[in-house]
Amino acid sequence: MTDTLSRRDQRLLDRTTPGRRIVAIRVAVLLASLAGLNYIVWRWAASVNWSSWWIAVPLILAETYSVIDSLLFGLGAWRLRERGEPPTAPDPDGLETRVTVDVFVTTYNEEVDLVMRTALAAQRIRYPHTTWILDDGGRPEIRAAADAAGIGVITRSDDWADRPRHAKAGNLNNALLSTEGEFLLILDADQVPKPEILDRTLGYFKDERVALVQTPQWFENVPESDPLGSQAPLFYGPIQQSKDGWNSAFFCGSNAVLRREALMQLGVSRYVTEVEAAVRRAVRTSRKLLVRAREEAVGQPRVLEALDDAETVVERARAEFAAGESIGDVTYRFQRSIDTIAFRFADADLAAMKGDLAELAAMSLGPDTFDALDEAALDLLAQRSSSPLAAIESISLLVGALDVDRGSEAQAIMPLATISVTEDMATAMRLHGLGWRSVYHDETLAIGLAPEDLATMMTQRLRWAQGTMQVFFRENPLVQKGLSWGQRLMYFSTMWSYLSGFAAVVYIAAPVLCLSFGVVPVQAYSVDFFARLIPFLVLNQLLFWVVAAGRPTWRGQQYSLALFPVWIASVTTAFQNVYRGRALGFSVTPKTKQAATGPRWDLVRPQIWAVACLVAALVLVGIRYATGQAEGIAPLVNIAWVLFDLVIFSIIVRAVLYPGPSAPHDKEQS
Amino acid sequence: MMTVTVEAVEGGCVLSPQGRLTVVSTPQLRDEVAARLAAGDRLIIVDLSGTTFVDSSGLGALVSCLKSARQAGGDLRLVAPTEQVSMVLRLTNLDRILKPRASVAAALDD
Repeated sequence: MTDTLSRRDQRLLDRTTPGRRIVAIRVAVLLASLAGLNYIVWRWAASVNWSSWWIAVPLILAETYSVIDSLLFGLGAWRLRERGEPPTAPDPDGLETRVTVDVFVTTYNEEVDLVMRTALAAQRIRYPHTTWILDDGGRPEIRAAADAAGIGVITRSDDWADRPRHAKAGNLNNALLSTEGEFLLILDADQVPKPEILDRTLGYFKDERVALVQTPQWFENVPESDPLGSQAPLFYGPIQQSKDGWNSAFFCGSNAVLRREALMQLGVSRYVTEVEAAVRRAVRTSRKLLVRAREEAVGQPRVLEALDDAETVVERARAEFAAGESIGDVTYRFQRSIDTIAFRFADADLAAMKGDLAELAAMSLGPDTFDALDEAALDLLAQRSSSPLAAIESISLLVGALDVDRGSEAQAIMPLATISVTEDMATAMRLHGLGWRSVYHDETLAIGLAPEDLATMMTQRLRWAQGTMQVFFRENPLVQKGLSWGQRLMYFSTMWSYLSGFAAVVYIAAPVLCLSFGVVPVQAYSVDFFARLIPFLVLNQLLFWVVAAGRPTWRGQQYSLALFPVWIASVTTAFQNVYRGRALGFSVTPKTKQAATGPRWDLVRPQIWAVACLVAALVLVGIRYATGQAEGIAPLVNIAWVLFDLVIFSIIVRAVLYPGPSAPHDKEQS
Repeated sequence: MMTVTVEAVEGGCVLSPQGRLTVVSTPQLRDEVAARLAAGDRLIIVDLSGTTFVDSSGLGALVSCLKSARQAGGDLRLVAPTEQVSMVLRLTNLDRILKPRASVAAALDD
């Protein structure tokens, strides 16, 4: 494909933000960052009221959190990349230039009509391609509708029976092994693509290092006021563009094109990494496992004898592994030796059983009666699983781990990451770690459906946040060797933003305590204080305003505070999941509205309590004013703060009362 | 285009993919390996001396063939990769698991 790279394409591949805009952004970044540092350093050095440390310390930690958040935002924006017009797609008519593309429409339980609406639109995409429905539900209705339309359906192969399914990542991994296209366009069941989607994205792959082109997600069933904060104009825009500038724009699960070669390379190298890790772990714990096996086998002299043999075999594998022999060879010899032990014992058992059978046969009428039985017994005993060693759990664990077949997984090769419920981000980070590039192309090329009620929306946000935090706990970007520091910080900044729930609690509690009981966490609400805080707040908003360039940002700011219970739950559940093996309580986001149940105030109880506290604080400070207990500037600052919090939380009321979009979502596309 | 020639050896067979082992040609290799394992072969030797190019899907196919061979109680071994193939084996670290042998005789040795 490089041969056909025209000068125009090269120019478009290298293009970035126009000079004037990037200068404006950088000035704003510098000003906001300096103001933030100036404020927070002064706060730490000179204004913590240590006598009320129990609120003063949380407050300054929350403020530090916010300043770091602002610095990370600025760091990204510093290299914000607006690409504009894409390079032309490879010529589909030339034998040499043509590329093959598979379009995957992923579904689990969405309605047939919804899936087919997307699949038929996918079929109409202009660039030559093959459309597939990846039906994880394996539903006959989908099969029938797809057959009628001449669209292929891919369901899980038999290998997945009784093995971890890994949700959407598993669905995609399964399809990857049964298709051939060089490029893959991934679409969620509700994301209806425009016919030009491939023409507008394939050109970027003329840079052979590009693995991923992500385009925005935009939703048609959302009113202008967007009460549920469904559109993400800042994320699908300046934030992804910021990441793009640092080569860390990431995969968001849908409306993206991926290069198969990159995914397969990732799959193969992950396979090696994971097999090596499993073997290393098995070797390291083998002695402990053997000790445990002996405990399990107490009073069974035959098994103990077998364990002696097994120990020799394990020790040899350990030595070979330490000497750096290839894992394939070490594990093969190990497995064969374990089999040998098993066979030897099986032989002994067989001899005994044959004796019994012979006696029985002698007593029976027909001489052939037991022949079949004999055969069956022989078969059974010759299998690894029936050896006396296999009966010892610790040993079967060891034997399972000291192998290269990843027997516990359906496929040895799993290109899409399975460490998180948001496989997309984890996969992109690994691709970046291998040195691949990504592109964020800021043009709406597919139109989707957003959740239409608060409950569904909250489930979806919780899932995204949980997935991101799973990646943080499992593969912390700050310590990923293959990533540049810019990439590490860009991934980290997404994770950092989900910690806002903890800061939000402090930002609610601090003014409430101040107004209600006169607890003052800041030493001096003085000129010093305002001279530092106000420039930071103003310049930070200015930075936001410059970067957003006219895109609405207020809804996003509201929800980053107002959904604080969701963010906190995401961090704690992901922590429990990663370190304690607990379930996430994860469910697939329904693409259509749940049955109407009336306003769901129960979903936002913590927010209602927060609002009640804020209002009560206003009442209390009124009383304190009336009785002459409150004076000075501290109550005024905190009253302003409480009012700001209340404006933020007002969105929750609107969201609960939101009846859903007025027009049905499946209206005719004109 | 790729063709796979098959030659029986003691305890198994030697498969020689000739040409490019890529996403398009991997099903051929996988089917061949499955057929040999079903026929009772346990040692699958893949002679790569005539394989001019392997992409990551080709490597993926070698891994899934290794998995099938192991699950049948056998093994899969690589022999004499060309320059390009050695390079991709190194790049993905797959050579740490599947260390190629110099010759078919060496692969039969242990």
